[in-house]
Amino acid sequence: MTEAVTPKIPLEKQKLLTVNGDEAVAWAAKQSLVDVVAAYPITPQTIIVEKFSEFVANGEVHTEFVPVESEHSAMSACVGAAAAGARAFTATAANGLALMWEILYIAASLRLPIVLAVANRALSAPINIHCDHSDAMGMRDSGWVQLFVENVQEAYDTTIQAFRIGEDERVLLPVAVNLDGFFLSHTLENIHILPDEAVHEFLGGYRKVPKVKVDYFEEEVPLMLNPARPLSFGPLDLYDYYFEHKMHQIEAMKRVPEVVREVNEEWYALTGRRYGDGVLVPYEVEDADVIVTVLGSTAGTVRHIVKKLRGEGKKVGMVRIRMFRPFPHKELAEILKGTKVVGVMDRAISFGSYGPSFLEINTALYDLKEKPLLVNYVYGLGGRDAPPALIEKMFEELLRDAEKGFVEKKLRFLGVRE
Amino acid sequence: MSQPRGWKELPIGAVPFRLSTDYKTGDWRALRPVVDMNKCVKCMLCWIFCPDMAIIWDGEKILVNYDYCKGCGICAHECPVKAIDMVPEPSE
Repeated sequence: MTEAVTPKIPLEKQKLLTVNGDEAVAWAAKQSLVDVVAAYPITPQTIIVEKFSEFVANGEVHTEFVPVESEHSAMSACVGAAAAGARAFTATAANGLALMWEILYIAASLRLPIVLAVANRALSAPINIHCDHSDAMGMRDSGWVQLFVENVQEAYDTTIQAFRIGEDERVLLPVAVNLDGFFLSHTLENIHILPDEAVHEFLGGYRKVPKVKVDYFEEEVPLMLNPARPLSFGPLDLYDYYFEHKMHQIEAMKRVPEVVREVNEEWYALTGRRYGDGVLVPYEVEDADVIVTVLGSTAGTVRHIVKKLRGEGKKVGMVRIRMFRPFPHKELAEILKGTKVVGVMDRAISFGSYGPSFLEINTALYDLKEKPLLVNYVYGLGGRDAPPALIEKMFEELLRDAEKGFVEKKLRFLGVRE
Repeated sequence: MSQPRGWKELPIGAVPFRLSTDYKTGDWRALRPVVDMNKCVKCMLCWIFCPDMAIIWDGEKILVNYDYCKGCGICAHECPVKAIDMVPEPSE
């Protein structure tokens, strides 16, 4: 443990707010000097944009608010705005995110640092408005940075951080902030928010556009749509240059972890809050025989059970994966390498395969000389509850596996009726 | 054209590093428009309809910019007096 530092804005200077996760995100966007919000309502995201539209109507923000006719248009409008140099924000969930799909790729490949809040919700059919991560996992290959938060405070903190991360010249990629639908989006929590000026200073004011060099201008020019210094965004790019442009995205992703860590530390110095190293949040992992990995709000329950089992002398731990894209393979392998069994919790499944984070962790551990046993727990689909008793049952199973030294069933379904 | 550039030499965001006018699309053409000025009534419909701005009026006659004309034939189709012929490009 490092010694606690006094944050630049001490807690008594931060405003206490009783809000749900959606409102927390709206407050974060409000303070982030967003130029354009284009959005379409969908449960459980609706409150974010609803709250934000109140700020617009009250004249509390300078933002241009575009109530579009679909999520496809929402993301398209954000792409246009960001290409014109604006700081753009939107929010969606589930089927809305699915409808944004093709534009997600465009936002990423044009290197537009749009911030998108996703109130994670199950995809249809059958229609379901409750939480799982099937929506977020559908966009995992689109070139976006993906962060998953555990609570309402973190939803606020991470939304502000997302602008800094995405707009950093080393990154220049769009960032998705994932908060569990209903578990976070609609759950009230007391949170601390910063004064407006502190957020403005943290973000360095309005968005700064990076510069690029093209042959037809002597000087570097801003990477934006500007009739005075014209650039073409998104023209035809065939087998001659497309591959090279994909390399830019691959390289940018490599630089994301260092920026996420820096921003996490800077946030800590400012507010007194940080989330592990920003990428992974380990808990009681040293000497653990069993470690469970988890994304999102379930981490709270898992932590509670780890604490309880540790009290009973059982060597268990947890790692919360805060950053899913880019995936921290090496860092995770470093934490998991000494353990006997790793239980990977996935609130989504790739039909015909395993859960998405299981596939990543399998990849992460492959190069270890001594590999821990690996079990995938798919849980909580469509908002199915994962109460403490169920999590405890999972740990008991994993402890038995650790004792036996082998795993019979690699893919297990937690909390489903036979 | 010089050597194709590597990714380290390219501007990010996939913005083209050269002007679109550097990219001569005329070599896509299979048929070339040829204007018979004896038939032409100078209505300029070809100029209006050309999607590539490849029709030029020099003050006396209609010219075609073969650097950019893709040979789509819209000019010939629109010409009310059939003054434009689409002639096959020589196959080399």
